Amino acid sequence: MAPPRLTPVQTVGPFFGPALVRRELEQMVVAETRGTRITITGQICDGDGADVPDAMIEVWQANAEGRYDHPEDHQEKLLDPNFHGFGRFGTDANGRFRIVTIEPGAAPGPRTTLQAPHLNLSIFARGLLNRVVTRIYFPGVPLNETDEALNAVPADRRATLIATRDPAGALDSYRFDIFLQGARETVFFDI
Amino acid sequence: MEGDARYRREPIGTHPRLDSPAYASTAKRAPRHAPVRIGQSLSEITGPRPCESVAPGEADLTRWDGGAAMGERIIVAGCVLDEDGRGVPRTLIEIWQANAAGRYRHDNDRHDAPLDPHFSGVGRIMSEANGAYRFMTIKPGAYPWGNHHNAWRPQHIHLSVFGPAFATRLITQMYFPGDPLLALDPIFNSVPDAAARDRLVAAFDIELTEPGRALGYRFDIVLRGRAATPAVN
Ligand SMILES: [Fe+2]
Repeated sequence: MAPPRLTPVQTVGPFFGPALVRRELEQMVVAETRGTRITITGQICDGDGADVPDAMIEVWQANAEGRYDHPEDHQEKLLDPNFHGFGRFGTDANGRFRIVTIEPGAAPGPRTTLQAPHLNLSIFARGLLNRVVTRIYFPGVPLNETDEALNAVPADRRATLIATRDPAGALDSYRFDIFLQGARETVFFDI
Repeated sequence: MEGDARYRREPIGTHPRLDSPAYASTAKRAPRHAPVRIGQSLSEITGPRPCESVAPGEADLTRWDGGAAMGERIIVAGCVLDEDGRGVPRTLIEIWQANAAGRYRHDNDRHDAPLDPHFSGVGRIMSEANGAYRFMTIKPGAYPWGNHHNAWRPQHIHLSVFGPAFATRLITQMYFPGDPLLALDPIFNSVPDAAARDRLVAAFDIELTEPGRALGYRFDIVLRGRAATPAVN
């Protein structure tokens, strides 16, 4: 029998909220989770700079040691039973989101190099026929200089992937806005 | 990466182009730059495995809030597979859909069609060890939308599947055979390859049909398979 062929994707549409956005999936950390707490707030904007209130962000990240909670991560680093690395967030009426998590450690790259600490993001919305994939990196991290994914990005667009310290917020509070289109369009990855 | 194979690149034409002008909402939301291609690392070949406790009742959408939903009961079943035909075990499948009248239980759905007090339109299940899944639900109604003059979405069910990796995450829509609205729908037709498009249409299956109770539709969900050899990008 011929092998089955890939199922095409379709847009998430405008009505996914009741099915997909659940309070418990926004809860990435509990009191016992190891690592430095961080808060990342941001807004998703369209090509006119208008808010995108009907989007959903999924986060996938390594734990504080840089290990993913997954059977194919064979690193001899500690697994944290209180951190699984997944979170799902709907944007609010103003297109805003708020991710409370821990600072991820550095995980290995596609070759032998260490990647810079980052969050992997899938973004779904009405008007997006497929998810778009991006990453959140952190400012002032030396590993950013050698990170393969960051270096695959033209230098003048790299800043779209690096969170900024939120001047209004406390320590460990970051800002990461996502522009689907326009002069400040966020870099998205083909994985 | 110690021999864990990366996932195959997705064939051109299988997935929609983000920039599909016939679907008006893409105009301001589809990125203009091509995505930057990167090699797969642990970040992509691992992935979330949400395994919240899914109650058995969550796969049956035909009863909600103490009563039976209106409309035609149907069974939607199939397997989550990879491109090599291997079942994808214990992965979360989430579905949502309009009721029989074509109305979503959602604040932003302004379609002038009745809500059904006994239909939430939301279901969940974990696939079996061989990838199999089975929902009992109501055949969704077609509904109008504002994309263009006299625009109607064909009957469809939205599905979300994780699979084993960040790279395999998939959200799609399942359609019904013979629906005359398919030919007119910009979202369905955003898939460039006609054969790929057809894979979004479930197959009526008399074997799946429960006598005296519900028609059966088969819909397999095929996720990215492993590359033959661990590629060096
Ligand atoms: Fe829909």
